[in-house]
Amino acid sequence: MKERSNKIFNFLIGVMAISLMVACSSNDPEPIDPGEGYIPTPKPLTVPPIFEQLLPPPNMPADNPQTVEGIALGRKLFYDPILSGDGTQACASCHKPSNSFSDPNRFSIGIDGLEGNRNSMPLYNMAWNTNEKFFWDGRAISLEKQALDPVTNPIEMHNTWENAVASLQSSNAYPELFNKAFGTNNITKELTVKAIAQFERTLISANSPFDRYLLGENSLTPQEINGFAIFMDEARGDCFHCHGNEFSPLWTDNIFHNNGLDAIITDKGLGNVTGDPNDDGKFKSPSLRNLAYTAPYMHDGRFETLDDVINHYSEGLVYSRTIDPLMKAVSTGGVHLTESDKADLKAFLLSLSDPSFINNPDFQDPN
Amino acid sequence: MKKLVLLLVMAVFAVSCGNDDDAQPEVLGCTDPSSLNYNSAANTDDGSCIFNKNITFNFTQNWDGQSVTNADFNTTFYTNAFGNSLNISKLRYLISRISLHKADGSSVDFEEYKLIDLTDPASLSLSPAIMATTGDYTGISFVYGFNEADNNSGAYADLNAANWNWPDMLGGGYHFMQMEGMYDDINGIPQPYAYHNGMARVSPGVFEQNFISFDFNQNFTITNDATIEIKMDISEWYKNSYLWDLNVFDTDLMMNYEAQKHMNENGPTVFSIGSITQ
Repeated sequence: MKERSNKIFNFLIGVMAISLMVACSSNDPEPIDPGEGYIPTPKPLTVPPIFEQLLPPPNMPADNPQTVEGIALGRKLFYDPILSGDGTQACASCHKPSNSFSDPNRFSIGIDGLEGNRNSMPLYNMAWNTNEKFFWDGRAISLEKQALDPVTNPIEMHNTWENAVASLQSSNAYPELFNKAFGTNNITKELTVKAIAQFERTLISANSPFDRYLLGENSLTPQEINGFAIFMDEARGDCFHCHGNEFSPLWTDNIFHNNGLDAIITDKGLGNVTGDPNDDGKFKSPSLRNLAYTAPYMHDGRFETLDDVINHYSEGLVYSRTIDPLMKAVSTGGVHLTESDKADLKAFLLSLSDPSFINNPDFQDPN
Repeated sequence: MKKLVLLLVMAVFAVSCGNDDDAQPEVLGCTDPSSLNYNSAANTDDGSCIFNKNITFNFTQNWDGQSVTNADFNTTFYTNAFGNSLNISKLRYLISRISLHKADGSSVDFEEYKLIDLTDPASLSLSPAIMATTGDYTGISFVYGFNEADNNSGAYADLNAANWNWPDMLGGGYHFMQMEGMYDDINGIPQPYAYHNGMARVSPGVFEQNFISFDFNQNFTITNDATIEIKMDISEWYKNSYLWDLNVFDTDLMMNYEAQKHMNENGPTVFSIGSITQ
């Protein structure tokens, strides 16, 4: 009998202990101060339907998952001149949302008034950069590593990371924001670029008239449709080998090519990075999305208008040793499109521009 | 009748003998528990055990026996059967539906397709998900490109991202091969060529399948994890039986029916099975 009552007693104690634990945990307030074991709020990328249908899933680094707090921090950093040497320039100074995060100036001017030699690249669909090579010459492997460069580049933000991190650490807002994003208020350059990369990965553009046409939500003009046929015609535009197609809606192959701009290569591009003379004069194919906002064009911004670009491929090609074989009829400058073909091609190209992207409120300056 | 009775009597004896025998009878079979056909009743292994083994396919390229890798791109010049001097700056091609054929008539059908790109070392080998059983095989088959059932526009995300699509106006689906480079024209001037192969367009809206099925008779035995080499002799794209002059066909070949069919004509001698190591 005694043994039995002991059992009942033990059982009751157990039940009480469990209910106490349950009660305790449900009464626990949300942690105010992130600390050990803190997990920021996951916020996976929203993959647009056209990408979901046709493309592999986004490239996401295992050590930098998207979070609400990380994205918010990255957005604030992207627009904050605090990262530059004299506190005057932010990422957004040369990557303006209204220009699809590019710079309307041919060359951006750094904090010391110095000019670069490449046109600022537009930013979107970064998680679908399949080979993870960033910059016109592919010198940064990963978006995080890319973001390290402009801060210290002497012709850009001309800062040191030591100084940039110290500025962030001594600010009022940032230690708490890093704490929320990464569970530590010990700011490092690695965490800074992780936050910026998280924000950049949210910059997804897939809602152009042509996207909606592919989804059956929109119709195109006969001119745009004819322009697409020229784009896909190997004997006319032959744009698709490097710039995608209706089933490859990134509108780039993310690969490096010499597209016949110069007889004498002065900027080696990829060749500077690999050291291989066979890569001289090769630059990354840019996506054709949002061309309406990203003038001037080419790695060095040499063409002010899309007409200039089309004319280059049509009759302005020049031979150099590393020219891509896809550049045809080089001896006569190109395939010489008719004026009406050029106009139609341009109309199609502009149908890949996405006003909802440049106006997306989530992408604007939060400061 | 007598004989039948005798037989019956003997049979009864034989059965009763077996039943009465106290010694363990010898039961032949596979005695390895890790095998696919382990026989728990067997006490004597008869060498019949079957195991699953990993197969790896290595894709190698050569020009008439001389190895070609991306290190040769742009710098090594080759002379084709016609006499054109050319270099290579890009070579990508698609292999699908690889099967190993067994002596018993069954086959191991691997499900993967493979886009081989000489600039991407990882693409030069394929390790299929399913395994092959040990035993005797009589052949290896695969499809260069995609066959009609597989060659569906936009169906493969990785190939879409690789811009591997073949324009719908030319029959759609995917490229089978992109081989590019420069050759010296009749005046010695470097000119580009883009030897791109895929569906053949007979006329607007009328298309012809253009893939090539390979079926090699080859006896081999899988005893262990095995690596099988699939070789491409690039020089064969230019001969056997159509003697290819790049001055005639260099660029704009995708919509050129004649060029597409000549590629198909030259293709069958391009591939062969190389070493099988295990």
